[in-house]
Amino acid sequence: MSAPNKSFDPVEVTTLSPEALAGFVSEAISAISAANSLEELKDVRLAHTGDRSPLSLANREIGALPPAAKAEAGKRMGESRGAVNAALAARTQELEALRDSALLIEEAVDVTTATGVRAQGGRHPITTIQEQIADVFVALGYQLAEGPEIESEWLNFDALNIAPDHPARTMQDTFFIGSEDSGIVLRTHTSPVQIRSMLNRELPIYVICPGRVFRTDELDSTHSPVFHQVEGLVIDKGITMADLKGTLNHFAQSMFGEGIVTRLRPSYFPFTEPSAEVDLQCFVCRGTSVDNPDAPCRTCRSEGWIEWGGCGMVNPKVLVATGIDPEIYSGFAFGMGLERTLMFRHGITDMRDMVEGDVRFTRAFGLGV
Amino acid sequence: MKVPVSWLREFVEIPESLSGREVSELLLNVGFEVEGVDTVGDVRGPLVVGLVKSIEELTDFKKPIRWCQVEVGAAHGNDATPGIRGIVCGARNFAEGDLVVVALPGTTLPGDFTIATRETYGHISDGMICSVRELGIGDEHDGILILPAGSAAPGDNAFPILGLGDEVLDISVTPDRGYALSMRGMAREAAISQRVSFNDPGVVLADLPEAGGTVIPAASDDYQACDLLVLRTLGNYNPAAPTPDFIKARLAAVGVRSISLAVDLTNYVMFELGQPLHAFDADKITGTIRARWAKSGETLETLDGVQRNLTTEDLVIADDARVLSLAGVMGGAYSEISETTTRVVLEAAHFNPVEIARMSRRHKLSSEASRRLERGVDRMLPPVASARFAELLIEHGGATFEGTSGVEQAPDPIVISFDPNLPGQVAGHSYDAVNVETILVSLGCAVDTTNSVWTVRTPSWRPDLAAAIDLVEEVIRIDGYEKVPTTLPTAPAGRGLTELQKLQRRAGLHLAGRGLVEVRNYPFVGTAEFDALGIPADDSRRHAVQLANALSDEQPLMRTTLLPGLAGALARNISRGFTDVALFEISSVSLLSADQSATGVTNPPRPSVLQRPTAADIDALEALLPQQPLHLGALLTGALKPTALGAKPTPATWSDAIDIALALGIELGVEIEVTAGNLAPWHPGRCAALSINGELMGYAGELAPKALENLGLPKRAVALELNLSVLLAAANTVASAPAIWTFPVAKEDIALVVKADVAATDVLDVVCAAAGELLEDIRLFDVYEGAQVPEGHKSLAFALRFRAQDRTLAAEEVAAARQAGVDAAAKSFGATLR
Repeated sequence: MSAPNKSFDPVEVTTLSPEALAGFVSEAISAISAANSLEELKDVRLAHTGDRSPLSLANREIGALPPAAKAEAGKRMGESRGAVNAALAARTQELEALRDSALLIEEAVDVTTATGVRAQGGRHPITTIQEQIADVFVALGYQLAEGPEIESEWLNFDALNIAPDHPARTMQDTFFIGSEDSGIVLRTHTSPVQIRSMLNRELPIYVICPGRVFRTDELDSTHSPVFHQVEGLVIDKGITMADLKGTLNHFAQSMFGEGIVTRLRPSYFPFTEPSAEVDLQCFVCRGTSVDNPDAPCRTCRSEGWIEWGGCGMVNPKVLVATGIDPEIYSGFAFGMGLERTLMFRHGITDMRDMVEGDVRFTRAFGLGV
Repeated sequence: MKVPVSWLREFVEIPESLSGREVSELLLNVGFEVEGVDTVGDVRGPLVVGLVKSIEELTDFKKPIRWCQVEVGAAHGNDATPGIRGIVCGARNFAEGDLVVVALPGTTLPGDFTIATRETYGHISDGMICSVRELGIGDEHDGILILPAGSAAPGDNAFPILGLGDEVLDISVTPDRGYALSMRGMAREAAISQRVSFNDPGVVLADLPEAGGTVIPAASDDYQACDLLVLRTLGNYNPAAPTPDFIKARLAAVGVRSISLAVDLTNYVMFELGQPLHAFDADKITGTIRARWAKSGETLETLDGVQRNLTTEDLVIADDARVLSLAGVMGGAYSEISETTTRVVLEAAHFNPVEIARMSRRHKLSSEASRRLERGVDRMLPPVASARFAELLIEHGGATFEGTSGVEQAPDPIVISFDPNLPGQVAGHSYDAVNVETILVSLGCAVDTTNSVWTVRTPSWRPDLAAAIDLVEEVIRIDGYEKVPTTLPTAPAGRGLTELQKLQRRAGLHLAGRGLVEVRNYPFVGTAEFDALGIPADDSRRHAVQLANALSDEQPLMRTTLLPGLAGALARNISRGFTDVALFEISSVSLLSADQSATGVTNPPRPSVLQRPTAADIDALEALLPQQPLHLGALLTGALKPTALGAKPTPATWSDAIDIALALGIELGVEIEVTAGNLAPWHPGRCAALSINGELMGYAGELAPKALENLGLPKRAVALELNLSVLLAAANTVASAPAIWTFPVAKEDIALVVKADVAATDVLDVVCAAAGELLEDIRLFDVYEGAQVPEGHKSLAFALRFRAQDRTLAAEEVAAARQAGVDAAAKSFGATLR
């Protein structure tokens, strides 16, 4: 550093001349843009803005200038340093972005190796279809009713107008507990839950009851000694068969899609009168496959309708057996097989798949049907 | 029931244009499901009646051959010989002047065999004279089918004569419609379905010749069981008389084998009218034919060759010497119609349906007769049906009519008061009164509409119509269910699922979310499974509900634990090549109390169904049943979670089984307490007893090696089973929000050396209590046994987290709290800081 020299004009300090400063700046800027890494840029920063850089050295000369020249030189110096610093900041940002993106590329993985970590749990479709059906009726204001699987014969048969010697009792091949005279059976249908509801609940009654039931059929591709039904029961003032039909249509649409309807065919059940079989309009072909050999339907075997369940108006004898006055109250009941419903809805071809507990079967349904 | 459409047509007009399928549709609308439509015979083409004009025996060949000239009608001859065809035939059982069936060229016989004009044995054979076998309508003989003389004219279409091409409907009849198990009943329904008239064969008494002979007397000892017994006696029956082909064809179509004329006619009339009939060899009868109760010790060999021991609950038909038949169920061998029978007595009776049903059930014997009688047969039908039989036996069997006998107690007519508005109230739309009346009359009801409440007398063939609601059903059924409108009833505002129902769903979702797969096993178990699990003889789980009629002798019990079913399902998955399997089941089990018998009681309550049972009745019914709580079971082998790439598989351990239970508890807001447990089939050293507020509710851990070996399951498989009903009942559905303090945390770890048999949770509890309220959290993070600690000891490492509500903790405060915990552990368990 040279000593202050008061006799010199500032313009004579060559390093502070506009030309010289412009030269320093342009050297710095070209060095900055030539830096190809953050490390190189660090060296450049030292060389061009450090204590021994030309700009810093020139800056020291300002103190020795006459006061009149200081302001001008200072201003010039500030502008020069600003330009260099701005270039440095810009290049730093550029190089940092380059470094970051290079890192991301380096860290790339084969995302397809993420297989094998998916959840393996699942709920049985019989469980989840029960929930789905319950939700349809709960939304209508129904309650979900339950009852025991080992049931008294009185609730399973007698109270449902199935007298001890009624041919209907032999229709249902019943598992008896102990002996045929014990009065205890494995319930053959969910209908005893109707009786429990009528005995225990306050009127009016709107209940939906899914559950496990039993008949002495050997297991094969379409039969199982243990299977599931869902049963609906309504007891209220002025309930009609039109209410039954409307409810079944609502149920069908909730499960199978807009516009799907049901059809009733006269039938016989001791606990309902009138009684009917419920057919479901085929939700796949909607009837278009009937008499149309070019477009056969596997779901309904080109019949347009699928047998779904049974229903009817609660027989007054059943109301009497539970102490409900049939002059004031009437009701309807309906019931469907859940295995059957799953089979035609999901294309399950073998009953045994629902029984054996193969993890592949249940996993296919995830957490809900 | 099989119903040939041609048979129906005898009693109801069905347009020829209607196919069997269309008739089925009509019947479906009135409640008869047709399960199939079959066509009799597989014959197509010109099949006509021929008259054999001349036969020339050809003798130049190895076997005798006939060259026949057959008149086949003007329309079917050929140009050279109008109305006549020359046909070569090898059979010999026909003569000139016989009526035969001729398959003209172009006819296709069963086996896809098409007849063509061809030269054979030196002649042009211009068709074929057919045998029953060739036509595919029977196989009893090889000879040519010869039609009764004069029964048809040459050239007539042979299809209707032979019943060929007839469509047979297979109709499923519900048990309330006994009357429909006959052509008469189905024809009535077919008529109603088309709104056409019906020609009822069940009300016309056949004109029988004057009686001439000895009559066998009839009697009924109990009119409650048999209120009508009609006997018709016929003599001079030719036991060799053949059954007419049309009757054979019809019986074949309904699935009944031809036996002999008399027996065939009982079946024929039963299918025609619905009345079961029984024919006895009259010469085998001694004295009176009587309906009576069997005496104890009596036996009967029935027609199926079974020797049956009778009880006083068996209603029988007997004569003065012996029991002849099981009334309405099956005849006896002694008095059956045989090849030498020349005198026939026919029984037609009306029995109490309940008695028939009971006998049929008791003897495990269901016959065409019992099937009808237990459903209820027209009380007025026996005289009509027996006269019809007599008429046919006289016509086709050469029999003479000897006379009628019978006894009866007239029934009370069924009269129903019927409000014609009732069908509308039930259906939800109104029915015109005239329409209602028309429907009731079409069923056979006599309707008196004088008053606003009608008086309806139901027909004798509809014993199922006994109350107004029965008539309502008929009106709605016949008018058509499709005409009932649709409305949606409004239920009172609901509250959705109950808390327990919601929690049960959550439990299932939680477990599936953790990677377990739900199964739904059969509830049947056997002692062999209890043995395999190593369940001790006195364990209450062996006190299981027992089935009277189990499908398998190996599994006659109802499960008391879910583990056998889970073990079976796991074994199936293993055998199908899976190694990492985690199964769970949520199902009820049945638990008998010590004083409940596995086989139930002997005299169960049977409250009247004519009124609501009393509270005591309901309690008595409930007392019959075992407790049926919901259980949750899980069984795991291999890794619960999929193994990450390159990582070592981490099989589920005893700890995972316990953790599944604890995590479910946390999900449901229940704190489950873990203590060392010991229950088969768990490993006695790796079994946790699970409790809630001190109440034991389940077990979890590793299964005992021996049990796994017995069950054929992989080593180290783990399981849990708990009473989900108890867990759900304890669930806290309204969680309390925790206080969230935000002052800095202070973390401290301590390792305490204790004796190996000290439970870690006990140490944790003591440290936790002693460390005071500054301790925010404490967690066991390591257990060490080995060289660094004394023999018989273990080191338990706990991570402690301290925080104050209102300040940053001073180091001294934390140290003091920590030391308090260590001191307490030392005091309680002799623990030393490691």
